[in-house]
Amino acid sequence: MNLGRLYAIAFKETLQVWRDPRSLAIALLMPLLQMVVLGYGVSLDVRRVGLCVYDQERSQISRELVERFTASDWFRINAKPPDDRAVREAMDRGDCAAVMTIPVNFSRVLAETGKASLQTVFDATDVNTTNIATGYAQGVVGMITADFESRWAASHGVQPPTVGMIDLRPRVWFNEGLDSRNFIIPGVVAIILGLVGAQLTSLTVSREWERGTMEQLISTPVTALELMIGKLAPYFMIGLFDAAFCLCAAAFWFQVPFRGGVGTLILTTALFTLVVLGIGYLVSVRVRSQLGASQIALLLTMLPTTLLSGFTFPIDQMPAAIRAVTLFVYARYYVTIVRAVFLKGSTIGDLRLPVMSLVLFAAIIIWIAARSFHKRLD
Amino acid sequence: MTEATTEVAVVARDLTRSFGPVVAVRGINFAVTRGEIFGFVGPDGAGKSTIMRMLAGVMRPDSGTITLAGIDVVANPERVRTYLSYMPQRFGLYEDLTVDENIFFYATLFAVPRKLRRERGQELLEAAGMLPFRRRLAGKLSGGMKQKLGLVCALIHTPRVLLLDEPTTGVDPVSRRDFWSILYGLREHGVTILLSTAYMDEAERCSRLALVSAGEIRHCDTPARLKQAMPGALLAVATANARGAYAALEGVPGIIGLLLMGDRVHARVDDAARRLPELRGVLAGRGIGDADVTRIEPGIEDVFVALLGSGIAT
Repeated sequence: MNLGRLYAIAFKETLQVWRDPRSLAIALLMPLLQMVVLGYGVSLDVRRVGLCVYDQERSQISRELVERFTASDWFRINAKPPDDRAVREAMDRGDCAAVMTIPVNFSRVLAETGKASLQTVFDATDVNTTNIATGYAQGVVGMITADFESRWAASHGVQPPTVGMIDLRPRVWFNEGLDSRNFIIPGVVAIILGLVGAQLTSLTVSREWERGTMEQLISTPVTALELMIGKLAPYFMIGLFDAAFCLCAAAFWFQVPFRGGVGTLILTTALFTLVVLGIGYLVSVRVRSQLGASQIALLLTMLPTTLLSGFTFPIDQMPAAIRAVTLFVYARYYVTIVRAVFLKGSTIGDLRLPVMSLVLFAAIIIWIAARSFHKRLD
Repeated sequence: MTEATTEVAVVARDLTRSFGPVVAVRGINFAVTRGEIFGFVGPDGAGKSTIMRMLAGVMRPDSGTITLAGIDVVANPERVRTYLSYMPQRFGLYEDLTVDENIFFYATLFAVPRKLRRERGQELLEAAGMLPFRRRLAGKLSGGMKQKLGLVCALIHTPRVLLLDEPTTGVDPVSRRDFWSILYGLREHGVTILLSTAYMDEAERCSRLALVSAGEIRHCDTPARLKQAMPGALLAVATANARGAYAALEGVPGIIGLLLMGDRVHARVDDAARRLPELRGVLAGRGIGDADVTRIEPGIEDVFVALLGSGIAT
């Protein structure tokens, strides 16, 4: 290992990134863009579900019912269709995600029997929203029912029924506001690092083959290891810079609570960056065209990170086979770590399993990458 | 250590390389002495680049050995790197780096000390006539400038052996002259130069030539001796109607070979003194009265055609 040669390679690579508008854009603009798009765009919260109310009765009770639905932040009334056909049309057009029909004799049945049914039809093309909205509707109706019951009991001069009522008092920890942004944003850092790191490094060797500079380079005394380390060093710095930017944006701009140690975060981020750069370099060595290399790097980093890292879809809800696959998705360990460090304030000791997994990944990938480059044309 | 001038710098034995079913280099042998300018001449696809790549240690031969500065290149390609410089046929420098940055890059890779790098960089750029362009991006240089910069980068660490694969292809005459004056200067300092070329005037400048065809060295000697070895004598026919003259001379007794070279026809004949007037007669009889027939010394192109039966360039 010759430090002079290492420096020469790193310096040259830095100049090239600096003078290549495309690389510069990936390095500097991409994190900003992704942070804005994913930070503001991705939310798993279901709020203000569009509701159509088909009020066939138009009584005081029915109006009160509707008001109770609107009062919650969970629903907003989009339309009040006058007849069945209009209801159907509103649903078809996608004006509303749910239709509530209050039957003609709702108040009378309720007053006479103490029981009445309220039909709510959901557009289940979006399963997730439907599940959550159903829960909301049940909650709203539950509160209304309790009110109605006490009023009915009062007007009839009897005690409201209390038997069998168990009061569940949920307490949530770590993300007290149940704000999905706190859960999403730390994961966004993994996405951005994967994208930027692998994209940039995927070009570094393939560019030399494509432009014909590799043939002369391999005729010099530079070793394969010097070439790899020299080439990865600038991208490692860029990766850490981007990570710092994203993590600061998460903590200070998006106000995700940060309860852990900065050191833990820096160490694990550096590890993850190494894994990502190793993958990009490996792809770059194997694929000798820049376009092909960047496409494959994209496929290897973005796809598993967005789908299988637990970034959006919880890993423990996946089928066993897919769950087994996620063990090889290096990003899942980092996503777990960043979330835990941010929200729970976990330490390296708490996170030894995912941290060790990252160490293992980094070691294996860098080792393979170092061995895969040969100073030969054939 | 004193080195004799007859010291052998590069030796290749039974060098063979195939690409799939195509045999690119077929068991070639040669030895180059220190300080020689050794040229590989032949048409495109003859195997010149493959030979240069194997010598540079960037491509492994299927069989055979190469010894360069006493080191076995095939077995230890890394050990030989500091002694040689290789300029590939395709421009191998960084177009997004400036002239100075490229020089700095290659000097550092070869661990040239800073002071020496400055001195030598200055010296070489001056010889190449490139001092005003030090801060220009390599990609913005002309073809000739690029090749000269390639040479400067290749020479910054003072190699013992210089390998140049068609170094002056697409280079203007002025740059080519600079290029060659640098090469001659190197020879004075005992640098051994191996180059491949498809240019005849360039081939003439080499101390020895290997005529390469279909992956084999068919003849190898000094340009002068190759010319002597050419059977017959050469008559040049200069006329406005070279194609007509070529057609008229086909099949005429005494002519061993005919070669159309632009506005001239080269006729190789068994006996120059006897055939010269005969040819004039034939041409006059076919209405090509302006033809000027003279005896000339053969060029490498003529020798190549005479010895191998086909041309080099188009």
